[in-house]
Amino acid sequence: MRWVVCALVVLSLLLPPAALGQGSKSAVVVTFKDDISTLDPAIGYDWQNWSIIKSLFDGLMDYAPGTTNLVPHLATSFSVSSDGRTYTFKLRGGVKFTNGREVVATDFKYSLERVLNPKTQSPGAGFFGGIKGAKAFQDGKAKDVGGIKVVDASTLQITLDEPNAAFLHTMAINFSHVVPREEVEKAADFGHKPVGTGAFRLKEWVLGQRVVLQRNPDYFLKDRPRTAEIVIQVGVDPSVALLRFQRGEVDILGDGIPPARFVQVMNDAKLKTLVVTGEQLQTGYVTINVQVKPFTDARVRRALNMAIDKTKIVRIINNRATPAGQVLPPLMPGYDKAYKGYAYDPAGARKLLAEAGYPNGFSTVLYANNTDPNPRIAQAIQADLAKIGVRAELKTLAQSTVIEAGGTKGKAPLIWSGGMAWIADYPDPNNFYWPILSCAARGPGSWNWAWYCNERAEKLAKAADALVRPEQAKTRAERYQAMYRLVMADAPWIPIFNERRYTMRSARLSGSVAIFVDPIHIPVHYDEVGVK
Amino acid sequence: MAHYLLVRLGQALLVLLGIIVLTFLLTYIVPADPARMIAGQSATAETVARIRHELGLDQSLPVQFGRYLSHIVRGDLGRSYAQKVDVGELLRSRLPATVKLMVAGILFELLIGLPAGVAAALRRNTWLDQAVMVGAFLGVSAPQFAVGLMLLYLVAFKLQILPLGGYGSVAHLILPAATLGIAGGGWYARVMRSSVVEVLTQDYVRTARAKGLPPSGVVLKHVLRNAALPVVTMVGLDFGTFMGGVVVVESVFGWPGIGQLAWQAIQIVDIPVIMGVVITSALAIVTGNLLADLVYPLLDPKIRYQ
Repeated sequence: MRWVVCALVVLSLLLPPAALGQGSKSAVVVTFKDDISTLDPAIGYDWQNWSIIKSLFDGLMDYAPGTTNLVPHLATSFSVSSDGRTYTFKLRGGVKFTNGREVVATDFKYSLERVLNPKTQSPGAGFFGGIKGAKAFQDGKAKDVGGIKVVDASTLQITLDEPNAAFLHTMAINFSHVVPREEVEKAADFGHKPVGTGAFRLKEWVLGQRVVLQRNPDYFLKDRPRTAEIVIQVGVDPSVALLRFQRGEVDILGDGIPPARFVQVMNDAKLKTLVVTGEQLQTGYVTINVQVKPFTDARVRRALNMAIDKTKIVRIINNRATPAGQVLPPLMPGYDKAYKGYAYDPAGARKLLAEAGYPNGFSTVLYANNTDPNPRIAQAIQADLAKIGVRAELKTLAQSTVIEAGGTKGKAPLIWSGGMAWIADYPDPNNFYWPILSCAARGPGSWNWAWYCNERAEKLAKAADALVRPEQAKTRAERYQAMYRLVMADAPWIPIFNERRYTMRSARLSGSVAIFVDPIHIPVHYDEVGVK
Repeated sequence: MAHYLLVRLGQALLVLLGIIVLTFLLTYIVPADPARMIAGQSATAETVARIRHELGLDQSLPVQFGRYLSHIVRGDLGRSYAQKVDVGELLRSRLPATVKLMVAGILFELLIGLPAGVAAALRRNTWLDQAVMVGAFLGVSAPQFAVGLMLLYLVAFKLQILPLGGYGSVAHLILPAATLGIAGGGWYARVMRSSVVEVLTQDYVRTARAKGLPPSGVVLKHVLRNAALPVVTMVGLDFGTFMGGVVVVESVFGWPGIGQLAWQAIQIVDIPVIMGVVITSALAIVTGNLLADLVYPLLDPKIRYQ
């Protein structure tokens, strides 16, 4: 038994005393299953780090909390030239990085050029490709981006190749958030030692365990943030997170309510009061590859649209979604209230298939992500397709493999998009067109998995994007509605549902309900959350 | 001894090289493009191509492999695609957690498995023997996530004796280690039982009894020492397995070990991290086996270094 004693002694030496610095009692505790990858605004591009970066950094524009309304942020005002191509931003004075230096216009130029610089490997470079001179800079033919001009320390001017109504949104996404050059160049990994202007600063990051955000006392918005400290714990299994939530150790479930416990939570009178629900900028859809036979025939694609019982699929995920009939989610500006889409009509679908020359149906392949509940949803789609004679073989694979198949020409006939982490970059109707449905995006490695291209739609979208003045917003929304009706007539997608977010927050938290289901900041608008 | 050690080390290096080549090839042929995973949903084909070029993924396989190998030799495991941090640093930040869980897990396995196995062997074909074997069977076959969640629910949530997952103190370590111990302990109990049963039939045990040694003396002095040999092999193997990370237990308890790191890296095709974890665990498995081989002769002088 001596060796057991020895081992125990060794073991106790290996272990440090109970961990300190888990945060003070008033700290808001958020949990996630997955690690936080990076907090560099030029690099971070997943739903988890997206809103943390937003609280550490700021952009020229932002959204009013809990809404999709654009407001000037580090800019105090902006003006647009009459041709809609040049934007002049007046910067807010006295804004400081957390290293104490004041922000000037050059910092914005540096930050944008950093994203465009291929060396940075920024996934966001494409958002700024429309700035004049961006291409020459990326190709190494110019030392800087000519279209980004520092007029004086507090004035920045950006000129575009073509007018773009969504340009101001790109000034609110993380990739355009301002970073201090001296800190980027000093740190080997700026993503783990971020220095910004945000409501919070990074206090501590223990890899694989926690990230602690601390109030930035010099933040330019008075009385924000509303809490002194936020502790983001990672590696917490969602069902364990719920147990800890029930015991009062956790304030916000970053991953939401675990699906397996959803019914139980909703039937528990006490827990139910802590549930918050809201809409998301999300549509779950099936892409139909228009280049793969027999989907080259629009009638076949329409038949598929009529074959799916969407209410049944919504039931599979405990009604945590609403059936969808169009590309845009209801929360998105430009959503077409009058458009109803294809109604569930298997008999009509069979008739349409017969018309197209497939009275006995055909065989095809449906790809889907292999994480729950996506295989179950794909099975329901498969069963519905079988009812009209379409025999779909199911391929449930890892996310990266499905993405690869979708971007390979002629490879994946049908793909269920769920679990592939598609989420809107910004609340504008063109965000659902250009990256995933446009001719411009179609090609190897793109997210246009339907390999769809309609030149007329493309022209309409382009023309609508040229309507940049605020008074043209209504016309632009209407143009987009017309464009999406055109797309839906071609039926490259089967819109299935718009997911709703169900999350829980502890009773001690204050702040409006909207900030817990903020469409931009997920899982919560960190700047706005407070403790009672 | 020195010759034996050299030969074994040479073999170990060859195995490692083989593993590196195989894993590298596998990550190369896997139908997923890391550049696309980094580029995300809205990236243009041009952005993806630029990122691929920056990562050197547009070069030929031999060039990529040669570069990787030359870096490894210098102890450089590369940089994580997603986190933009040195893989070595990521591994270093997680190794302490993995080592702690490994040591504690093996300890629990031994604490549960050895006494149970010995007791079952000494009371062969009694109710005690059967109870131990049924328990071992249950422990081995129960899924670890179920055992882990059950322990969490009962001990941490209901009884509130131990923390609900997490990392830091000895208290945090007990439940994940116990989960590992319950599953692994079953194996140890079975192996220990059959080993002890076998040793009990040996002539020297009869002789020891015949010369009047008390039963406890027989068991402690003669039986256990000889029966422990297969257990040493198992500890050596466990050492390797645990160093590769125990993904399920780590994710249930939120234990920041390298298994969790590997799992997340696989999701996003973060090849340098995947390679780093594979090399680390391969190294651990090879070392574990080597250690077990070296310990053998100490326990049993009949075995020589050859």
